[in-house]
Amino acid sequence: MISVQNVHKSFGDLEVLKGVSLDVNKGEVLSVIGGSGSGKSTLLYCINAIESINKGTILVDDVNVHAKVTNKDKLRQKLGMVFQQWNSFPHMTVLENAALAPRIVKKMSKEEAIEIARKELEHVGLGDKLDVYPTKMSGGQQQRLAIARALAMKPDYMLLDEVTSALDPELVGEVLDTLRLLAEEGMTMICVTHEMGFARDVSDRVAYFHQGVIAEIGEARQVITDPQNPLTQKFLSKVR
Amino acid sequence: MGSLFTPLSWSDSGLILTGVWNTIIISVLAIVVGTALGLIVGFIRSESNKVVNVLFGSLLDVLRSVPLIIQLILFSTLMGAMGSPLAPFVAGSIVLSLYTMAFMSEVFRGGFESVSPSMQTAARSLGMSNWQTIYHIRLPISLRAVFPSWLGVSLSVIKDSALVSVIGYMELLRTSEQLISRTQQPLEILIGVGIFYFIISYPLSYYGRYVERKMAI
Amino acid sequence: MDYRFHWNVVFQNMPELLSGAFVTLHVSVLAMLLGIVIAILLAIAKMNNTKFFCHVATVWVEIARNTPALFQIYMAYFGLGALGIHLSPYAAVLSALVFINAGYLAETFRGGFQSIPSTQYSASKSLGMTSFQSYWHIILPQMLRRIYHPMTNQLVWSILMSSLGILVGMSELSGTTQRLQSLSFRTLEFFIVAAVMYYILTKLVLFGSSLLSRRLFRGEI
Repeated sequence: MISVQNVHKSFGDLEVLKGVSLDVNKGEVLSVIGGSGSGKSTLLYCINAIESINKGTILVDDVNVHAKVTNKDKLRQKLGMVFQQWNSFPHMTVLENAALAPRIVKKMSKEEAIEIARKELEHVGLGDKLDVYPTKMSGGQQQRLAIARALAMKPDYMLLDEVTSALDPELVGEVLDTLRLLAEEGMTMICVTHEMGFARDVSDRVAYFHQGVIAEIGEARQVITDPQNPLTQKFLSKVR
Repeated sequence: MGSLFTPLSWSDSGLILTGVWNTIIISVLAIVVGTALGLIVGFIRSESNKVVNVLFGSLLDVLRSVPLIIQLILFSTLMGAMGSPLAPFVAGSIVLSLYTMAFMSEVFRGGFESVSPSMQTAARSLGMSNWQTIYHIRLPISLRAVFPSWLGVSLSVIKDSALVSVIGYMELLRTSEQLISRTQQPLEILIGVGIFYFIISYPLSYYGRYVERKMAI
Repeated sequence: MDYRFHWNVVFQNMPELLSGAFVTLHVSVLAMLLGIVIAILLAIAKMNNTKFFCHVATVWVEIARNTPALFQIYMAYFGLGALGIHLSPYAAVLSALVFINAGYLAETFRGGFQSIPSTQYSASKSLGMTSFQSYWHIILPQMLRRIYHPMTNQLVWSILMSSLGILVGMSELSGTTQRLQSLSFRTLEFFIVAAVMYYILTKLVLFGSSLLSRRLFRGEI
């Protein structure tokens, strides 16, 4: 379980998270929506200990993420993360991209790492691209590679930060389909997204972020189709 | 007059080959040492704060803003004045290596800084440690990116190695200068020297441009 | 270290050193200006369809880029001498630097020109500009921004490389330093001062160049 308790986070004078609390249970898919600058991406960075926090607690399976004694590299193995920019490693083939972290972080043998990488790449539909260099692929394919690369670490949770925002419109579908597949398989996910249809259909719950606080959180279909908070209503009427 | 000068003959080939060898050996040495030091200094500079950076930077800047020939004369004179004169090869290697380092460190620093912070974040998010990220991601990506520039600096070092002749190192150009004063056949000898440098430099620079073009696509 | 520095003799000779520095600046700037003119011709020749001019330009560029500066200077001084063309040390260093500058700058200019997308030209033409107007108002100003920095570096390089004049007895900064130190045997002092003067000279050039660029490229870069 990921448990976020009263988290505050500032960049200099700018407070981007002003006391955020939420729980994500095993097997649950939570979508986070909200305008730019609402703090939704920052929350993911804080959960993955890429950013520090100023106040509050984040627990992942009862481990305090920001405690000094926590081994953050170890922790991140549990938390797969995919970014808006896919950041494929340009000097390695698709297969090597996905096999690198299992090999050097989990210290698997080369054969083992390659076997796992191959499975995850087939999983996201890149089974025929194993020996291709990622720079030769489309953004959608590279983003699916980034997902497979994270999955190869066998994470318990996936954190997805606007993974379709940098894609051409015609490539969004293939990436969302991959995420839908993961959701059906029971992966626990937190998706920061602008795709309202995806949020409504795939996630269990949706949280709407507004200026660093959660303005509304609830069952996905209810929040998207029948929002209670006027701020959520206003936001949704604008993005539709 | 005729007896004073003797024309170029096959017996001079040994001398010329020594010159060629000496040019190659001091260039390779300076490139290897300069690259190793430049890699370290470039990395430190890309990682460190403003103060350290400015300090390092201005020190390296001196090496790049004073003619190599002056550096060579100054260093070998200084060592002599301090009572421990160095052989031309040693003094020349030290100065040429440091000079190479000054340029290489800029090349590598640019390479390290060209790897975006988000690429590093992506690697860290997979659980890689800082050193693993440096070794597996940042280093290989930046080395690839800077290869053409590295080759360019290396080629200029080969050419600049000719200047080590001023402190008495018998590299190719100095050897030929001696042959010229004996044979009085400057044109033939100099053209031969030019061809030697060209044969080494041209294919490498052609290759460098080819790689650069391939990377641009 | 039991070496005792004596700076007096250096300061007494300051006027001569300064005039040497002036010759250094003078030969570098002149080599740069002449180099630019020839480089423009070489760049045009390399992009030209006439095979002959293209080949000549290529040979020039490749020789200039792939042989040492010292070789060029020896060629101009001793090599041409063997053909009966006797150049003064100044002329020999100048012509060698011009030869090399032209070779490097030709590639800089060509690269700068080719880096401007051809759509810029079509866009200008679509606004009704003539070919000349398109080049003059649209292509050239953009090109100048891209080649300005490499050109500054080439000038700094010229200043540093003109120090090779020391080897053919030219009286620029290094040659003058060499002559003065041999009269007084204060080698270290003289060359330390020369090093400082070169450093200041290159910094002045870079400073002037950045001032000029701020005037030329207002609002950009």
